[in-house]
Amino acid sequence: MIVADLSRPELERRLAGPGLRLRTGPVVAQIRSPLGAVADGVALHYAAHPIEGNDGFADFFVRVDRPRNLRRWLHPQAMFHIDGEAPFTPLPLDQAFPLLEWGLNWCISAHCHQYLIFHAAVVERSGRALILPAPPGSGKSTLCAGLIHRGWRLLSDELALIDPATSRAIPLARPVSLKNRSIDVIRAFAPAAVLSRPVRDTTKGTVAHMQAPPDSVRRAAEFASPAWIVMPRYEAGATAALTPLPKARAFMEMVNSGFNYSVHGRNGFEALARVVDRCECHTFAYGDLEEAAALFDALATTS
Amino acid sequence: MSDGPPPSITRALRDPPSVASWNLQQWEALVREARRTNLLSRLAHEVADCGLSDRVPPAPRAHLVAAQTLAQAQADAMRREVTYIRQALAKVDVEIVLLKGAAYLMAGLPAARGRLFTDVDILVPYERLPEVEAALMLHGWFATHHSAYDQRYYREWMHELPPLRHAVRTTVVDVHHAILPRTARLKPSSATLLAAARPIPGQDRLRVLSPTDLVLHSATHLFHNEELSQGLRDLADLDSLLRHFGDDPGFWNELPQRAVELDLARPLHYGVRHASRLFGTPVPDAARANIERHAPPPWLDGIVGTLYERALRPVAAGEPGLLTPLARQALFVRAHWLRMPAVLLARHLASKALRIDRDGN
Repeated sequence: MIVADLSRPELERRLAGPGLRLRTGPVVAQIRSPLGAVADGVALHYAAHPIEGNDGFADFFVRVDRPRNLRRWLHPQAMFHIDGEAPFTPLPLDQAFPLLEWGLNWCISAHCHQYLIFHAAVVERSGRALILPAPPGSGKSTLCAGLIHRGWRLLSDELALIDPATSRAIPLARPVSLKNRSIDVIRAFAPAAVLSRPVRDTTKGTVAHMQAPPDSVRRAAEFASPAWIVMPRYEAGATAALTPLPKARAFMEMVNSGFNYSVHGRNGFEALARVVDRCECHTFAYGDLEEAAALFDALATTS
Repeated sequence: MSDGPPPSITRALRDPPSVASWNLQQWEALVREARRTNLLSRLAHEVADCGLSDRVPPAPRAHLVAAQTLAQAQADAMRREVTYIRQALAKVDVEIVLLKGAAYLMAGLPAARGRLFTDVDILVPYERLPEVEAALMLHGWFATHHSAYDQRYYREWMHELPPLRHAVRTTVVDVHHAILPRTARLKPSSATLLAAARPIPGQDRLRVLSPTDLVLHSATHLFHNEELSQGLRDLADLDSLLRHFGDDPGFWNELPQRAVELDLARPLHYGVRHASRLFGTPVPDAARANIERHAPPPWLDGIVGTLYERALRPVAAGEPGLLTPLARQALFVRAHWLRMPAVLLARHLASKALRIDRDGN
């Protein structure tokens, strides 16, 4: 059963009541929320995702609702809870769905140490994974959103999960978070992309989420072998070009993007070394998304 | 409200082989409870020790693997940190007595297995504090809690310096000169504790408290702490220490006497009672009788016992019920009451309240 199989009233009933058990890749989150913005976001972005029954196993129990403080009368807020605890300060009510997304990211990066977890987008072609580690503002999500509309499968936009034993990349297939100008860039680049209503004035500026392609969601159990590590950097007017990145530097860039690299100790070092060893490593500057997509298309078919 | 069944995490830790027959829903509740009580890695360790990891369904097994990985990283970090502290204090001619998690780990006690670690706690003689603090600051640790009030709170009333944080590694060391605040009603003698402390084989200048004193400190810490969110983890430590040292028959004769000598008979009573209730810690009858002689009057014993019973129990549904926060609140007040005379306590709480207002928090 998938989310789209539920009627809107039934989706709202589950979210407001017993909870919706949503599977994203290897993770099942039981989500509860009485908020319309959360129901809208779930209906839009998770339509193709599987729902687990109550006889299964949920990894995380999360809730997004309005805190009962005085401020609710003037500036309504939304609050994220995991297992009854609230790890973040509340945000304006308008940001309830982004808050759920950030909260789910936090659940994974703070707890799922069975994986090496990096702040990176991952896309796949022919079983080979392209890892895009980059600091915020580098154009990583824009590039990721662009590539998945040009033949690449989405594994993840924010969290690269690597199984340290097999070195494979594990898909999450969750929405892609677009910020500020990238929202219009993607609308123009891929008119078929399904975007949520932009939310303004978040700590990251204006944020809109883009639906993961249904095909990527359906194939979330297909792992991929890392083949490329590419550090993207958006530069207005730049010609799309790859520059080889020495493996030692690529290794350090991955370490710097790691959420839990240090937790894995020596095993983490060795597992990451195996990943970097088998990858072609580059930096990548781009100013135009079409050009970038063509270049990665060539990379996938020739190397 | 009825007591209900015992929490599943304590059941699982009492009888690890029982988890082999658990279904997915039971695992779901167990992982959730174990995560909330910081006992997931301890559970993972016990399950692995029984050779049962393969019998755990894949979804919960992933959480056990993750928790074990995290606990291993924290143990490695703790060992490194202890080495750094020892190096920083190389020129200060003082024995460093490790406390709590650091002590269990460096002494190789079973209580360290699968335990999560945060700060390093050490105990040194009061008169050596200035040298120890200066040496740590020379090696990159700096004082937190800069306000004049906080400085006075720690230096005049507490049993430790304000926490020292390392500038680069951001790790924290708590330098103690006693195991209870100077203002507390009970007065365990630090000189008596230090005199009985034992060297750790192969670890130059590092010491741990003697077996009885490790147990007494563990019980005292738990039953004087104002913060009980870690309570069940602390009680699991106590259970593990009692089981480990309890194999030596002399230990149970010595423990009640030592508790009286250190003015810690009452925390020992609470500790032993709750460890055996929740974790089934075996206690010889004679020792139990000796320990219970120091129980408070029955009415008080009943109230405090019930509050702890409630506060220590993990909340199964994942959402705090009404009674657990109330019990924790009452014990928060009790802990402050035990730690400070009434007038001082009033001043301290008033000062905190006024400061909170000023910061607008």
